[in-house]
Order: sequence, then C-alpha cells, then structure tokens
Amino acid sequence: MDYFDRFAVPHPSPAIYASMIAIGLTMIAVVAGITYFKKWGYLWREWLTTVDHKRIGIMYILSALLMLFRGGADALMMRAQTAVPDNGLLDGQHYNEIFTTHGVVMILFMAMPFIIGLMNIVTPLQVGARDVAFPRLNAVSFWLFFMGAMLFNISFVVGGSPDAGWTSYFPLAGNEFAESVGSNYYAIAIQIAGIGTLLTGINFIVTILKMRAPGMSLMKMPMFTWSILITNFIIVFAFPVLTVALALMTMDRLFGTQFFAMANGGSDMLWANLFWVWGHPEVYIVILPAFGIYSEIISTFARRNLYGYNSMVISMVAISTLSFVVWAHHFYTMGHGAMVNGIFSITTMAIAVPTGVKIFNWLFTLWKGKIVFTVPMLYSLAFIPIFTLGGVTGVMLAMASADYQYHNTMFLVAHFHYVLIPGTVFAVLAGFTYWWPKMFGFMLSEKIGKWSFWFITISFNVTFFPMFITGLDGQARRMYTYSESTGYGPLNMLSFVGAIGLAIGFALILYNIYWSTRYASRNISNDPWDARSLEWATHTPIPEYNFAVVPTVDSTEAFWDSKKKGFKLFSGKIEKIHMPNNSGVPFILSCIFFVWGFAMVFSMWIIAIIATIGIFACMTLRSFEKDHGRYISVEEIEETENKLRGAK
Amino acid sequence: MKIDSSLPLEYSTEENRLKIFGFWIFLGAEIALFATLFATYFVLVEGTGNGPSGEELFKVPTLMLQTIFLLTSSFTIGLGINAMRLGKQKAMLSFFVITLILGLGFLGVEIYEFVEYVHEGATIQTSAFLSSLFTLLGTHGAHVTLGLFWGTFIILQTKKRGFTPETTNKAFIFSLYWHFLDVVWIFIFSFVYLKGMM
Ligand code: HEM
Ligand SMILES: [Cu+2]
Repeated sequence: MDYFDRFAVPHPSPAIYASMIAIGLTMIAVVAGITYFKKWGYLWREWLTTVDHKRIGIMYILSALLMLFRGGADALMMRAQTAVPDNGLLDGQHYNEIFTTHGVVMILFMAMPFIIGLMNIVTPLQVGARDVAFPRLNAVSFWLFFMGAMLFNISFVVGGSPDAGWTSYFPLAGNEFAESVGSNYYAIAIQIAGIGTLLTGINFIVTILKMRAPGMSLMKMPMFTWSILITNFIIVFAFPVLTVALALMTMDRLFGTQFFAMANGGSDMLWANLFWVWGHPEVYIVILPAFGIYSEIISTFARRNLYGYNSMVISMVAISTLSFVVWAHHFYTMGHGAMVNGIFSITTMAIAVPTGVKIFNWLFTLWKGKIVFTVPMLYSLAFIPIFTLGGVTGVMLAMASADYQYHNTMFLVAHFHYVLIPGTVFAVLAGFTYWWPKMFGFMLSEKIGKWSFWFITISFNVTFFPMFITGLDGQARRMYTYSESTGYGPLNMLSFVGAIGLAIGFALILYNIYWSTRYASRNISNDPWDARSLEWATHTPIPEYNFAVVPTVDSTEAFWDSKKKGFKLFSGKIEKIHMPNNSGVPFILSCIFFVWGFAMVFSMWIIAIIATIGIFACMTLRSFEKDHGRYISVEEIEETENKLRGAK
Repeated sequence: MKIDSSLPLEYSTEENRLKIFGFWIFLGAEIALFATLFATYFVLVEGTGNGPSGEELFKVPTLMLQTIFLLTSSFTIGLGINAMRLGKQKAMLSFFVITLILGLGFLGVEIYEFVEYVHEGATIQTSAFLSSLFTLLGTHGAHVTLGLFWGTFIILQTKKRGFTPETTNKAFIFSLYWHFLDVVWIFIFSFVYLKGMM
C-alpha cells in the first residue's frame, strides 16, 4: 500500500475529489462517445497522424482553448478567495498551488500554443508555401506540447500540484520546502512541452527563410510573417536556456545535485537568473506575434496599407534583441548593486521606445483610414490604449529604486495583465475570429462576438485596474488572504465582480462557436473580409496542398494588388504536387514521452528507462525508414479545384 | 523529387537543402544550450564546498588523450565527407568507421575519468562545482554517445543503399554535428581544464 501512497494528493479537499470524479467521467464519456459513433479510425487517420499544418494548427488552438478554461477556473477561484477579507474558501496551500498552475497554464499552455496554432495555420499560406519545411517534425512539436500539457494538468489529482509559483524560485522549489512531487511535474512537464516548442522554432525559421513564394523578398513579407520569423529566432535562442534550467532543477530534486542549494556551494540566484534569461524573452515570444496579428487586422479594416512597414520591422528586431538583456529587472530587490540595477533599468526602459514606434504606426494606419468595426478590429482598437497603460506601468516598474516600492505587489500583477491580456489574449481572440472563416468555411457571429468583446474588455478593466491601486497601497501578490483593517476589501470585491464578467465573456465565445457552427451561412467567399495577404488568395476550405499553382509576388500586398490593380498572382500551370505522408510516429513517440515524464515525476526508474529506450527506438526507426512522400496527380488537383470553384 | 546535378549529392534536392539549413539552426540552439551550461559552470566553479577543486582533480594524461581522440576524429570525418564528394564509397565508409572508433576511445577515457573522480570521492552530489562539471562534461559526452549510434546507422544505410541524395545528406549533417562537438570540446579544454589547472 505504501507504494501507492505517493500518488495520493498530499493536501486533498472536496473540490479535488470532485474534479477527480469529473475527469474520470469525462474520459469515460469521450471514449464511449468515440466508440459509439465509430470515430476511432477517423480520429487516427485524419487527426492523430496528420502532418498537415492547418490541422495541426487547429489542434493547437483547441488545446489552447481547453487550457484557457482550465487556467480561467484557477483564476476565478483566486478572485473568489480574495473577494472578502479573511476568507476561508481556500487555505494557503491550495492558494499557492492554484496561482502556480494558473501562471504556468496561461503562459505556457494557453498563450504560446494559441499563438503557435495561428502561426501554423497562417504562416505557410502567407508565404505561399504548401506546408512547413518539416511537416512530420511539426507533428512531433504539437504532440510533445500536448503531452507536456496533459502531464502538467494531471498533477492536481495525482500526487499534488506544484506550489512554488510559475517562477519556481529556489530554495522554495527545492526538496526541503516543496516536498510533494508537484515541482517534479513542473520541471518535467514543461521540459517535454519546451522541446516541442524549440522544434517549432527551427521549423518555422526554415519555412519562412527558404520557402517563400517567388518574388517575396524579406521586405515584402506580410507583417505577421515577419513577427513570426523574429519570434522563432527568440524561441531558438531562449528555449535552450529553459531546457538547461529545468534539467538542473530536475537533477537537484531527483538526483541530489547541488546547483541551487546553498549548503555546498550552490546558488539560488542562479535559478532566478536562468529562469528570467528565458522568461523575459518568453513574454516577447507571446507579444510579438500579437503585434503581427494586429498589424494584419488593422490594415485590413482601416482599408489602408500598414503605415511605416520598415520601422515596424526594425522595431521588432530591436525589441527581440533588447529582450535578451533586461532579465534582471525581475529581481532588482534581490541584492545586486546599484550599477547592475542601473544598467538593467536603462535597457528595460529602452524597450519602450521601439514599442512606442509600433503604437504610433498603428495609429497612423488608422488615421484617415475607412475603419470597419468588425470584432477583430474592435479587439485591435481596444488593444492600443489598454496596452499602452500596461507599457507605461512597465516603465514605472523599470525604475529600479522605485521598484523597491511596488515589486511583488498587486501593482506588478496589474502591469503584466495589462500587457498580456490586451496584448496576447485580445490578439489571439481577434486572430481566431479573423482567420476562422479560412479555417472552417463560415464566419463567427459578429453580434455574439461583439457582446463577448464588450464583456471581456470592460470586465478586464474592472478586474485589473483596482489592483494598481491596492498594489500601490501595499497589497502583496500571492497572499491568500488579508485582514479587514487593511481596507483592501472593496476593491478586491470589485476585482471579483470583474472576473465573473470575464468568465461570461469567454463563455459567450464558446456559445458563439456553437451558434455559428449550427446556423452561420456556409455561402461565403474565399475572402470575406476583403483582406490583403496571400492566405485569402486560395479556396475556402483550403485544399490540402494550399495552392494549386504557387503564387508569384511583387509587393507586400500582392493579393490586394491582384484584386485592385489586376496583378496576376497565379501564372504557372498546374503540375503534380509532392506531399508528405501521414505518420503515427509523432503521436506514439509523444505518448512514450508522457510515460517517461510520469515515471520521472514519481522516480519509477525501471519504467523511465524502458520509456527512454522506447524513445530512442522511435528515433532509430525514423532513421532507417524510407518515406518519400506521395504525389497528387494533375487530374486530382484539377478535380479538387473545379469542385472548390463550383462551390462558390 | 527534382535532383539538381550541378550540386553535390547532399545538396541536390530541395528537401536536402532544407534539412541542412534546418540543422544549422539547430546547432544555433545547441550553442545556446552549451553557453548556458558554461555560464552555469563559471558561476559555480568556486562553489567547491567540502569537495575537491578542479586543480586537485584534473589530470593531464587523460585530458590529452581525450583531446587527441576527438580532434583526430574531426579530421577523419572531414576526410570521409571529402571521399563522399569524390564518390568513393569504400574510403568514405572507412573514414567514418575510424571516426566512430576514435569517438568510442574518447568516450572510454571520459568514463574512466568519471570513475576515477568518483573513487576520489568527487561525485555529482558532492558540491555545486562538481554538479556543474559533471553536467557540462556529461552533456557533451551524451552527445558523443548519441553520435556513435547515429553514425553507425548512417554507415549501415550507406553500405546498403550506396550514395543517394538521402544517405549523403544524412552523412553530411552528421559531419556538421561531429565538428560541432569538437568545437565544444575545445571550449571545455580551454575554459574548464586549462583554466582549472592554472
Ligand atoms: C514597455 C514594456 C515593458 C516594460 C518596461 C516592462 C517592465 C517590467 C518590469 C520592470 C517587471 C518586473 C517588476 C517587478 O517584479 O517588480 C515586469 C514584470 C512582468 N512583465 Fe513587463 N514590461 C514591459 C512589457 C511587458 C510585456 C509586453 C509583457 C508580456 C506580454 C510583460 C510581462 C510581464 C510579466 C509576466 C511580468 C511579471 C512576472 C512575474 O514576476 O511573475 N511585460 N515588467
Ligand atoms: Cu521582464
């Protein structure tokens, strides 16, 4: 019996038992449902083994939505707990676990995958390619992310959640203070997902640099593609740092090494540094693609080309470079001297300059534009002022000496939500709505979309603005409760009300998907928004080969020119197309990774070793396999093309 | 598959060119990875706790042996690729085999060295310095080990299938990997061992 004790939750509560039952029942229902409708074959052929970038993108987005609701449930619990002083809804330990999983889930398993999903769907289309450079590797990326996310998510019902914050500082996350397996989950689940992300980074750099349509020089790429290119460079150079940091953490926790322990020469500050050398670039990994999405949407719905193309590109390059040299601003108060703090203060504030350039470029694009107020555009317009508030408070935090005042208060929490939500979350919601018709062949309801937009935008401010005030008043972050005499009560109650409003807004998005799937018109054109870049130049639904004939490009907005100036996009004739074969290996490999991860979390060495052998066996298999892909014949392409053309 | 015969076989198809370019980017990530490990080592090099320091631990003979093995193997794999370009399959295979044997020699000495350290009471758990030393060397050693398997697979495939765009592409990429490990070793040699012994 002792053996099984470690799988028990160390700190259970009725809510956790209820979730266990709910998870169990959902799983049974899903399996039963698929079996009943005889969908296993379909699932395996069309999704689990797919290497098509569009489908992989859709799976990323579905997982991200799932994680949005998981992270959202955590958030609601936190706001409910702090809504009134001396509340007893959650105890300190549960609160710690919840803010930890909330942070990890939202950044790593919601924001990043959502962005990677959109980039999977859109980037190859925007550059006029038939798929990414390494389609099968792309499937490996997705499944590793997915398995990492699942491993992390089972922590709260099997063995206990991590509780040392998403930053997982040492010594708090060491064995001494984090006794449960929770922090093992943190180190290993993120590691698995992180390897997937790194592979994505390599894949998309090669795709964008080497597979662009003829005529599309770098300075003729759409702005979204530019943002993705730069983001993937950040991924390639930042994620290995995380890989190492997590590996050292794993060794400290499982194999008794001394990296972050103070007793034998280790350094807890080493963790903080490694974490933020990855962590600060990470926040730019999720914000730069958002900038790209806004650039596309704003120019589409202002009916103008993007103002200041060159300065947009230069500012993104500047931001990405600077993002690697500001990390210490996350721990000004942890004891480095005035000199170090001074330098990091300056580099941090410098980031505001290129960011400001971008804000002005968007404003100038809007200036004299004929603005169409669609849902994606509303998010983009709301983004500008709210994000600016986040940026300005960032500059406040960047002043090292002033930061001693509000470091680790709710002011900081307000800052990063003011950049992350209007920045990343609004952007993915806008991009999701904008590209939805291309993905699924019908539009989401604008009416329901506007309702959710207003709910989300207003509630966002109601939730987070009060935190600026309580933070300046001294309310510390990550505290599970406070006494009545502090006077924080009313504003925290307001935050709770806002959080409920946000939940309603997100629920409305789900309702919108449901409603539009049932009732929206399927009779839409290939280009329903009257947009400007190549992804709109192909059919809806997109054939698996994307473009029957590879487009030729001679400006940043060749598709727009083809509509307005009669530019000829497709001049070649149809030839047979080479496509990669589906493969089950990425999925199976990632399942083995899941088993490996689980075994590592619980120090079950024999299983871990067997799984490691399994992983290498998959790689060996791949090395010896001969797979030259397949060809789609000209007749087949013509038939598909005629059918798709006829549908319109 | 379009084969461009004006290029060497390993570059001759679109897919091959993408793979080589992708591998270069991957090496960029590997540089970031090893840079982080080196940084960790430099931060912790003074953190010897109650354990021995590098000066007490490092020995010249094993170091020289390892260095000679690895540097020579980098040379022989270069010759192997040269033979491949000239279409000489036998020569290429021989050079690859020699490369892997040298790699195996390197690994043998490294394992011997690790066992020695442990006998002297210097384990990965003794101090932060040793944790970072074993991790840095171990990561490099693990890369070499992986390379031995990978190289063997490539030899087997080339033997069976001859020089095709696929096999030459793999061999070429493998040579990039092997040279990279050599470069990392030069850094380890200079900044870990030499610096530690001075
Ligand atoms: C003008 C640009 C920005 C500046 C000057 C800035 C500055 C700062 C500073 C100085 C801190 C640390 C404060 C402290 O711990 O006391 C901080 C925290 C943070 N920032 Fe920003 N920031 C900016 C933009 C962004 C963006 C665009 C994002 C994400 C999309 C972001 C996400 C975060 C996060 C997540 C944290 C807190 C992490 C934690 O401690 O848990 N920031 N920012
Ligand atoms: Cu930062």
